[in-house]
Amino acid sequence: MEPVNSFTSRVVPLPNENIDTDIIIPARFLKITDKANMEQYCFHDWRFDSAGKPRLDFILNQTRAKGAKILLVGKNFGTGSSREHAPWTLMAFGFRAIISLSFADIFRSNALKNGLLPVELPASTCSELFELAEKNPAMELTVDLASQSVKLPNGRSVEFPIDNFSKKCLLEGVDQLGYILKQEKHIQAFEQAHPVTVPTSQLQ
Amino acid sequence: MDCPSVLYIDLHLVHEVTSPQAFQGLREKGLIVRQVGRTVATADHSVPTTDRSLPITDSMAANQLRQLEINCREFGIPHFGIGNPHQGIVHVIGPELGLTQPGMTIVCGDSHTATHGALGALAFGIGTTEVEHVLATQCLLQRKSKTFEVRVDGQLRSGVTSKDIILALIAKIGVGGGVGSIFEFTGSAIRALSMEARMTICNMSIEGGARAGLIAPDEITFEYLHGRPFVPKNAAWDESVKLWRQLPGDVGATYDTQVILDANKLEPMITYGTNPGMGIPITGSIPTLESLEDDSSRRALARALEYMNLSPGKRLLGHPVDVVFIGSCTNSRISDLRAAAGILKGRKVNPKVRVMVVPGSEQVKRQAKQEGLPELFRAAGCEWREPGCSMCIAMNGDELRPGQYCVSTSNRNFEGRQGIGGRTFLASPLTAAATAIEGCISDVRTLL
Repeated sequence: MEPVNSFTSRVVPLPNENIDTDIIIPARFLKITDKANMEQYCFHDWRFDSAGKPRLDFILNQTRAKGAKILLVGKNFGTGSSREHAPWTLMAFGFRAIISLSFADIFRSNALKNGLLPVELPASTCSELFELAEKNPAMELTVDLASQSVKLPNGRSVEFPIDNFSKKCLLEGVDQLGYILKQEKHIQAFEQAHPVTVPTSQLQ
Repeated sequence: MDCPSVLYIDLHLVHEVTSPQAFQGLREKGLIVRQVGRTVATADHSVPTTDRSLPITDSMAANQLRQLEINCREFGIPHFGIGNPHQGIVHVIGPELGLTQPGMTIVCGDSHTATHGALGALAFGIGTTEVEHVLATQCLLQRKSKTFEVRVDGQLRSGVTSKDIILALIAKIGVGGGVGSIFEFTGSAIRALSMEARMTICNMSIEGGARAGLIAPDEITFEYLHGRPFVPKNAAWDESVKLWRQLPGDVGATYDTQVILDANKLEPMITYGTNPGMGIPITGSIPTLESLEDDSSRRALARALEYMNLSPGKRLLGHPVDVVFIGSCTNSRISDLRAAAGILKGRKVNPKVRVMVVPGSEQVKRQAKQEGLPELFRAAGCEWREPGCSMCIAMNGDELRPGQYCVSTSNRNFEGRQGIGGRTFLASPLTAAATAIEGCISDVRTLL
C-alpha cells in the first residue's frame, strides 16, 4: 500500500445520502477474481445508460471529476454489502478521500485498509462544502492525514477523527497483517488453550 | 498508541465472490491458511439455480467457481461446491450443520454474516483484506462496538412474522441507525420465535447499520443444535450447554442505545423505496414529501420514488407485480418454505406473475422434497429451483428485466440489486405468497 499523506484536489459533490455499495459497484461486476481494470465499474449504472453510453448529466462524467481525488457525499456512505470492491473501484477512479457526515462500518474498515480516507466532518462543515463546491467547481481542498485536517479555501482547518493505529499504518503505507503476524506467540498460546473440537474437515 | 484488540476467530466461512483476491494475497506473501479446521467454503453467489448437470454458461461465473475450488484444494480447505450434499448459501449451511455455535466468533466476507448471531455467536461481515488476515492468522484486529438493545415485547398477530419485526425496526431507525453498534434482540416476542425466525431478524442487522446482531442462547437454541453434525456429542454436549447457559447478559444490563417495539401492534411490512429503511405497514401509504423533516430526506424519497415509478401518499396494496422471489439468506430455510407453501396449498399463482422458489441449501431442498413441497409449489405454478443466492443479488443470471416489479423475501431493495432497472419490494414469505396468488401486493391476512 502506498503511504497516505497530504494532498490537494478538486472536489466532486454528490449530495445523495445512503449511497450503497451496489451503486458504487453493481454486484454483477463482482465475478472478477483480481483487482485489475476496476475504474470502469465505479458508479457504473449512474455513469452509463443501458446502451453503455455515458450519462453526461452525471457529475462523474463531467470535466470537474477528471483527476479529482476527493468525493463529497451525503450521510451513511457505503451502506450495504461488505464488498471491498467498493473502495477498490473508487480508488481506481482516482479518489483518495471521501468526505461525509458518516460512513457505514464495513465500508469504513475496508477503505482504511486500502489507503482511501474516510473523512468524517460535522454537518455544518459538510453543508458549507456542498455550497462552496456548487458555487465554485474549481474549488480545492487540502486533506492532511498527519494533522487529521481538511483545509478549506478560506484557510480554515477542520479536524476529522481517525484512530491512531489506522493513521500510523496509512502514514507508513503498511498492511495491518504484519502487526497480527507479530502476535504469533499470543495466538499460539490461545490456540493451545482452545483447540478445535470438531474440525470442519470432518464432512469432506 | 491505542492498538486494536486481536480477536481470535472460531469459524471462518468463505465463498467465491470475496475470497479470490485474498487467496492471491496469501500466494504473493508465501503464507498458508493457519487453521483449515476452522475454515469452510461453499459456492453460493454465482451458482446457477437451474439444472446443475448442464455446464455454466456465464464464463466469468464458471471461472470464479473454479477458482474457489482450486484455492480450496491448494490451501486444504473443505469446499462444498456444486453437487456437494452440503452446498448452499453460506448463512444457511453454518447453522444447519451446527458449525455455528453459541459464544463463537464467526466471520465471512459477507455482510449478512450477522445471521449467525441468532445462535448467540458474535458474527459479522468483513472485507477481502480481512479475509486474508483471518486465513493467514485466524485473527482480526477489532475494536469494541457500542451496544444497542432492540426490545420486542408482546405477541405477534397472525400473518406477522420475524421479517416484519426487522423491517419495522429498520423503518423506525433508518439504514444508518445502528452504525457503530451491535444489536441485541431481547423481549418476550423474540424469546417466542423459532431458531430460523431469529436468523431472519439477525440477518438484516446490517440493513439497520449494525455490523452484528445477537440473540441470547436459550432452550430453543440448544434444541435446534442438538444432534447436528458439528456440535459436540454426549458428555461434551452437556458440558457445552453448561457453558452456553452462562452467555446471556445480566438481567437489568444497560445498553448505549435502546429501541422498543410492541409486537402486538405490528402489521406485515413492505418496502416502497430503494433502501430497506423505506418501509411501511402493508395497509399504509407511501410517505408524502411534506411529511419529511429535511431537504435531504425529501430528495432521497423523490429519487427513490422516481426509480420505483411510484407516487407519494399512495397505498401499495393492489400494486401489480411481475415477479415473486422466495429465497435468500434471509428467508430460504425450511420454515420459510413451509410458510409460503401453507398459503399456496390448493391455490394457483396469478398467471401474469413469475414465482421463483429457491431453497437455501441442498439440505433444505432434501427436507422440502421429503415434505412434498416441490410438487406443491409446482402445482401452484411456481418454479422450484436449485440452492443459491439467486435473485437476491442477481449475479447468476436470475434477474429482473428493467422496469419489472418484484416482491422479494430477500434483504436489499437497492437500485439495480435484482437486475438493472429492477424494482424490489421487500416482504415476508407470507406476503410474497399472497402476492403471488393475487398478482398484486396483497395482505396475507385476507387469505388466512
